[in-house]
Amino acid sequence: MTSPPFHYARPSGIDDALAAAAVPGAMYLAGGTDLLPLWKAAAIAPTRVIDITRLALATITATEGGLALGALARLSDVARDPNVVGKYGLIAEAIANSASGQIRNMATVGGNLLQRTRCPYYRSADLPCNKRQPGSGCGALNGENRQAALFGGSASCVATHPSDLAVALATLGAEIVIAGRSGERRVPITQFYRLPSDAPDKDTTLEQGELIKAVFVPDAMRFAGRTSFLKIRDRASFEFAVVSVAAALRVDAGVIVEARLAAGGIAPMPWRLTASESALIGKPAVEATFTAAAQAATDGAKALADNGFKIELLRRAVARALQDIGGSK
Amino acid sequence: MQVSDLSLIFSLTLNGASREVKVSPSTTLLDLIRDHLGLTGTKKGCDFGACGACTVLADGRRIKACLALAASYEGASITTIEGLASDADLHPLQAAFVKHDALQCGYCTPGQIMSAVALIAEGPKDRDAIREAMSGNLCRCGAYPNIVEAIAEVAGL
Repeated sequence: MTSPPFHYARPSGIDDALAAAAVPGAMYLAGGTDLLPLWKAAAIAPTRVIDITRLALATITATEGGLALGALARLSDVARDPNVVGKYGLIAEAIANSASGQIRNMATVGGNLLQRTRCPYYRSADLPCNKRQPGSGCGALNGENRQAALFGGSASCVATHPSDLAVALATLGAEIVIAGRSGERRVPITQFYRLPSDAPDKDTTLEQGELIKAVFVPDAMRFAGRTSFLKIRDRASFEFAVVSVAAALRVDAGVIVEARLAAGGIAPMPWRLTASESALIGKPAVEATFTAAAQAATDGAKALADNGFKIELLRRAVARALQDIGGSK
Repeated sequence: MQVSDLSLIFSLTLNGASREVKVSPSTTLLDLIRDHLGLTGTKKGCDFGACGACTVLADGRRIKACLALAASYEGASITTIEGLASDADLHPLQAAFVKHDALQCGYCTPGQIMSAVALIAEGPKDRDAIREAMSGNLCRCGAYPNIVEAIAEVAGL
């Protein structure tokens, strides 16, 4: 490999980390499962790697108000945490469907949310990609675009976000807790990510040097046992989603009183299916309602040459996820 | 950790023995094990986290050494395929792989076995769980049925 070498720093606390990473070219390293392959593929070229793995940000804390996942909690630890399994099964399910056992042991919550797209143009340094090299063009727009976005794309980028966890977190209305040199801020996960527009090199609203400290998930006990995570992929395991759906329903006396749906593999960010949610609220939890919600999921979808099949696939995935939850209490 | 001539000097435990190493900051754990410490049982297949041939244990957990930055593992206890057998006795999984003919070319085998060592500790409940949990280890020869049988035997399934 001929990737340029980088300097290494291991700050002893959050303030030190924020200072070290404020410099352009600095990047945080957590599990390394995306940073190192991207560096080897010359998709990124950090000049300084700030190793945050030993910061005290790995705790998983359940309170009455919700669940706080430390940014450095390993995915495998999150998926087997008793509180997560008991009250936030959607999160455990999303993680169980992600990557492989080895990678779940390494990858962290924060790193998972910040992983870059699997678009082949982004990960091949000799192909055009506005996300990797602004101004070089989007190879996927008129090239290989089977995995490209149905929603939220632009003329400069049609890449999708690959995280399964982010889809579950979007359904549960999670907030990202961000530390910066001027203090702490919280943003809903759907506002944490940004659409590519004409600047696809920035996936999120994080500024240089800002650090994800934790992810807060509002209490989801009312959805316990009433959620479904469905991931459609090209092989049975260890593969990214072609389409995924995370659903949560609350049904009272046969009527849907609350519905949350998000999809993955179809947009530059976890994509809330708000039209489907509206089609469910106040309706009986029966097949016809689920079918109508599935139909609404693809309102406004824009297909390219090779990804049109995902429109029908998304409808069927939504219908199936809702059927899996079913109508009973 | 010390910094010297743009290199990092630190210690970790490899197969039970403490080792001091001097590496460039961008060295992966895989290259440290193979090129600096001379243990070539851990294989470099894809070097992108896809094939699992570089699987080792870090503090008892299976990881992909090609995705691990060596410096991040200062002080960790790393176990490779060379650290499994005790004197003349093969590890039960090594013996089971031989018994069940769970390989053809053998290149993926060290990674398969290291992954399986951790999987046994995770407690798979049936053969489907073994297949799912071993999905991070590819075998280009397609020895999967025998790999699953070898692991199932050691897991008591």
